[in-house]
Amino acid sequence: MIQTASILEGNRLALARLLTQVENNSTEGRAALAELFPHTGKAHLIGVTGAPGTGKSSLVNQLALHYRKQDNKRVAIVAVDPSSPFTGGAVLGDRVRMRDLSGDAGVFIRSMATRGSLGGLAQTTAGMVQVFDAAGFDIVMIETVGAGQSEVDVARLAHTTLVVEAPGMGDDIQAIKAGILEIADILVINKADRPGIENTEKALRSMLELAHPTKHVFKHHGIYMNDAQGLKDNESDASFWIPPIQKTVSIDGQGIAELAEHIARHAERLRVSGCWASRERTRLGSEMEALLQEALMNQFREKISAQKYNRIMSQVFERSLSPWEAVKRLTENNNGRTK
Amino acid sequence: MTEHRIRVLIAKPGLDGHDRGAKVVARALRDAGMEVIYTGLRQTPEMIAEAALQEDVDMVGLSILSGAHMALAPRIMELLKANGQMDVKVFIGGIVPDEDVPQLKALGVAGVFGPGASTEDIIKEVREAVKS
Repeated sequence: MIQTASILEGNRLALARLLTQVENNSTEGRAALAELFPHTGKAHLIGVTGAPGTGKSSLVNQLALHYRKQDNKRVAIVAVDPSSPFTGGAVLGDRVRMRDLSGDAGVFIRSMATRGSLGGLAQTTAGMVQVFDAAGFDIVMIETVGAGQSEVDVARLAHTTLVVEAPGMGDDIQAIKAGILEIADILVINKADRPGIENTEKALRSMLELAHPTKHVFKHHGIYMNDAQGLKDNESDASFWIPPIQKTVSIDGQGIAELAEHIARHAERLRVSGCWASRERTRLGSEMEALLQEALMNQFREKISAQKYNRIMSQVFERSLSPWEAVKRLTENNNGRTK
Repeated sequence: MTEHRIRVLIAKPGLDGHDRGAKVVARALRDAGMEVIYTGLRQTPEMIAEAALQEDVDMVGLSILSGAHMALAPRIMELLKANGQMDVKVFIGGIVPDEDVPQLKALGVAGVFGPGASTEDIIKEVREAVKS
């Protein structure tokens, strides 16, 4: 396909157009993804999530600048914002914070709407990221919607996930939502010049100590143990990683170089421990599952007659049939065998 | 299943800092089911063309209240064409004297909306322009 060749050569218009095909889940898009897939697997995928107002977009802007200036790495940014559940439309405003990156041919920013997906990313975000990977971008940053609680999608997609907090966002414990610590590879406290920074940092550290075993809790006869597996000294265990906390002020770049250092160390740790490969497998597995579900649903919808469906639905509405029974009947094939 | 949404870039070129109109239109287009990329203030024509390309938009809406439309619009249209984006429709909203409208249309601008324009009209014209 001519398209994929020009993308591999660096044609930006072809790239932009293919991203649209992939986003719209068109046949052309899927065919191109199939062709490009062997070229993927090289980029470092960095997820950025966190509550609204914590400065994620500014942070992404600064990190991208750093990668461009320090390492001359090519950076792609996928910025995801929510679609209205009622109208299906969206205002995608993350580019507003990234004006420093304009005019740089080594940067490509693409805004996406979630289009109904609930996990913080759109269904086709993984595909978009693959296109950037194949096109030769060294770093792909994925900025999610960031309500701060359900953004697990990004942790499955990215190699390194940054969770961004900010001080003064109400009660410190409130600001640390359930699930956030589980997905964070690095915790960033942005707007570190604001009052309340010490409390936020203290609260995060104590939460981390509760979530992860530390030496003084588990030290037993001089042997460090962390769980039933009884691992020894965590410094030498390459797969053990405690999320570091990095303070930043994204509007002026403070803490960004240090953050990039943490990201690099995390990537290194993943590679050395083999976790990079196993995360790739898990990620591709999740993607396969999602695609399978979609394909099977579509197949089902094509096979089932509207009459049968409506008949069964009416029975559910009348409460003469339970939803479970209804699904059983819908998935019975013509021979009457249930699947 | 293929899904396509109309993607619109709303940009404020030049030094004009009055963005309420741009934001009202952005929200209206969102409520009409479109995906609106808002660039923010003080955009150069180069930044606007770059964003239009990366986002592969169907339409670019320029909000200009400074009177600089006769300088900015041609430059932006030139850049869009140079980037290969021949099919992108350009609309201008803001303060544009009636006598300038024919010239702008001759340049290829799809429509000009003055201060009295209703969001319904804007949505209708955008939908028609993108379809053609």
